Amino acid sequence: MEFTEEQISRYSRHILLPEVGGKGQKKIAKARILLVGAGGLGSPAALYLAAAGVGRIGLIDSDVVDLTNLQRQILHHTPDVGRPKVLSGKEKIQALNPDVAVSMYEERLTAGNAIKIFNDYDVVIDGVDNFTAKFLINDACFFADKPLVHGGILRFDGRVTTIIPRKSACYRCVFKTPPPPGLVASCQEAGVIGVLAGIIGTIQATEALKLVLGIGRPLTDRLLDFDARKTQFREIKVKRNPDCALCGAHPTITELFDDGDPYAGCAVRP
Amino acid sequence: MQVKINGKAEEFPGGTVLDLLKAKKIEPQMVAIEINDAMVDREHLGTTQLKDGDRLEFLFYMGGGR
Repeated sequence: MEFTEEQISRYSRHILLPEVGGKGQKKIAKARILLVGAGGLGSPAALYLAAAGVGRIGLIDSDVVDLTNLQRQILHHTPDVGRPKVLSGKEKIQALNPDVAVSMYEERLTAGNAIKIFNDYDVVIDGVDNFTAKFLINDACFFADKPLVHGGILRFDGRVTTIIPRKSACYRCVFKTPPPPGLVASCQEAGVIGVLAGIIGTIQATEALKLVLGIGRPLTDRLLDFDARKTQFREIKVKRNPDCALCGAHPTITELFDDGDPYAGCAVRP
Repeated sequence: MQVKINGKAEEFPGGTVLDLLKAKKIEPQMVAIEINDAMVDREHLGTTQLKDGDRLEFLFYMGGGR
């Protein structure tokens, strides 16, 4: 593939970077990145990846835009309330950059559809709001052998980490199983400062682009926690767990499964 | 004795990780715990004795994203 003059101009600030160049920009143009969730984290990720000229962006989301989303989900605008998020998202992505192809999956991610969808992408970004889906994404990336950029936000706290299946610590290496349902407060109850989605989602997009370009040092075997109250990042080293039920030496999870209540909320500090 | 919890030094009279969680009123099922960069199994929280200078990371679940 060759870039047009307009594209060379559009991506010139990338092409100027020795780590990207024309070659790297072509890698970006060929990349396929899947966003599971077109909400808080998915919004900034989608917009920056679209601006970067990612070849194909996949959006999985079964929801319609709600008024309460607009405080942080910047992919959606006021006239979008009531419209499917994947459709609203596709329009914004292509208005920003018509070079980007968008695949819409207006459905919930399940054990039945996850691997088939993931197989068509190079990198998966977790932008979902519940533990059932976060564990399902982690497991599906393991079975489909896809790098995963995990993110989570709650109140004033955010967390991001990159997972390369079989090479770095996975979500189950650290957290094993979702928290028991009765213990967790819902996202709606706990709240979240809107800008946090922008900070964490943008770091997720950065990680995805680095993976596509094959540059730098990925955020693997490290949890990057952000505290917006203190404007402070903290890095916590983690390791692969030899006893991990998914990626350990003697796995007990050998196929995908749907676990528990898909609407189970996000946990908060008791 | 003194332990470091998420980078912050705290006094603790001594005991197991479970004792520390109880003292801090933290439900064990809500948190993954690392001591000196190694994960501790939840099943071993009640038998893992803390030592002066141990560095602990309390990793709370962070589930939001939407």
